[in-house]
Amino acid sequence: MTEPQTRAGGVELDTNRLAYSGRAPSHAVMAERARRLGVWYYAETTLRGMRAYFWPILFYSVGQPLLYMIAMGVGLGTLVTRGVGSVDGVDYLTFVAPALLVSTVVMSVSGELTYPVMGGFKWHRLYYGPLASAVSPGQIALGHLLAVVIRFVLQSAIFWAVMVAFGATPSGWSTSLLVIPIGVLSATAFGAPLQAYAASVKDEGLQFAFIQRFLVMPMFLFAGTFFPLSVMPVYLQWIGWISPVWHGTQLARLATYGADVPLPMVLLHLSFLLGLTVLGMVLAVRVYTRRLRS
Amino acid sequence: MYGDFAAVDSIDFEVQPGESFGLLGPNGAGKSTTMRMIGGTLDRSGGTLQVLGMDPAERGPEVRAHLGVIPQQDNLDEELRVRDNLVMYGRYFGLPRSYLGPKADELLAFAQLEAKATAKVGDLSGGMKRRLTIARGLVNEPRILLLDEPTTGLDPQARHILWDRLFRLKEAGTTLVVTTHFMDEAEQLCDRLIVVDKGRIMAHGSPAQLIREHSTREVVEVRFGSERNAQVVAELEGVGVRNEVLPDRILIYTPDGEGALEEITRRGLHPVTSLVRRSSLEDVFLRLTGRSLVD
Repeated sequence: MTEPQTRAGGVELDTNRLAYSGRAPSHAVMAERARRLGVWYYAETTLRGMRAYFWPILFYSVGQPLLYMIAMGVGLGTLVTRGVGSVDGVDYLTFVAPALLVSTVVMSVSGELTYPVMGGFKWHRLYYGPLASAVSPGQIALGHLLAVVIRFVLQSAIFWAVMVAFGATPSGWSTSLLVIPIGVLSATAFGAPLQAYAASVKDEGLQFAFIQRFLVMPMFLFAGTFFPLSVMPVYLQWIGWISPVWHGTQLARLATYGADVPLPMVLLHLSFLLGLTVLGMVLAVRVYTRRLRS
Repeated sequence: MYGDFAAVDSIDFEVQPGESFGLLGPNGAGKSTTMRMIGGTLDRSGGTLQVLGMDPAERGPEVRAHLGVIPQQDNLDEELRVRDNLVMYGRYFGLPRSYLGPKADELLAFAQLEAKATAKVGDLSGGMKRRLTIARGLVNEPRILLLDEPTTGLDPQARHILWDRLFRLKEAGTTLVVTTHFMDEAEQLCDRLIVVDKGRIMAHGSPAQLIREHSTREVVEVRFGSERNAQVVAELEGVGVRNEVLPDRILIYTPDGEGALEEITRRGLHPVTSLVRRSSLEDVFLRLTGRSLVD
């Protein structure tokens, strides 16, 4: 990008131009654009803010899958393969990789849509600036979500590329590419309702640590990530059924190695993830609107 | 016709295009609430409100596209650089980058922040942040500028710079709606104002008109020491039109300050300090509410 120029000596001040230059589109056009594209406008600002952390985010997005693939796939995978041969008909690395993609994306989203959301209302009050502009509270809510989604498209894509590099995608790269939207959809299925909840939190957000420990971690450990859900006793399997991670993982396995997921189940997984996403978005819009307008 | 609205609850007023209109009152009088209702960012429970012929509760984006809002508490985006705050805010109005680039530079010049274009917002002084907030409010070329306590927390020099900037905007045809609890600010900026207290309008008119109607031309301030003020006040009866006893001084309202001071001396009273000044809006407020603005 080009850095803004600092004008030496100052510019001639023309207050007429400051008030109505005639260069701006009419106010009716501004309102119409904001109604149509306000979600994107807010997302743009959020992404622009994230740019300050671009390198750390990139480093994390590349480093994390690498570490997981080496530790779980190659390290643990060697043991598993020696012991039981294959899991779900494939080697352990292939089995665990799509699940790791889904769970890491879902886990990261819980960081992006808790404290920053609460901060938007409480600490930095980032939401209150745009509130007075032509965008609406609902657009602010969805714009924040959209920016996070875009970030996780990038993160999922990097994870997928690492999987391909490790040979963990027997379906071939074009079919396995579907793990990217699947990972993002799983993230929104968990993230959108979480965002709505975070927007309703008025105190210091100690609940978020609780969510991290008692919601996110069990989802990671017990939702069929490291072993098939069927291995678990029936009375624990419900953790998987209600978890976006399990539904996403099943779809991701279908995409990367053609796991045996019958069509009705595919539809069920998809509807579960889509349903939670839409529900979360509706709630978030409602909570943001109520809170920002009071 | 634009720039006219009638607002809320027991507060009723109209603002004319190009006018500079003030809401003067103590903290908690309902000024900020009124301002937020005008922008449609606070749900109101009843009453009618029209901005440019539209109800902001129903047509928020259409109304806010015409407004520049400068809130009491700066809410700049601290994750963005100074210039980006202007550009990105303009995006919320769907303004194209080809417009926003030059506009941001003009606004930086207007706010005297050219040298800070790439600085972090967190590194700016209070006055600079305030100027940036005002510049940000201008990015959509608003016809109406809503300024909520624009100079609270600024040092005198920064206040005068701001007043100058706001005055230029008014000259250029922008309608200003200003809330303040500073008398001098109201006198400097407002063509017309309402005095608000406890959600009600106590008086309305131009600053000069209000002073004429609710106060005398001059005021004599005398101090006899905090112990004696109350005792002496009986002896001051009839010197002016009316007396007001404050904890630290006595105010004597009179058309002729020097004459009143002579009369005080003639009665054998010798104040520790004395001062003759013209009446201000502070006196109007004191008269209307029985207390001073900044308690």
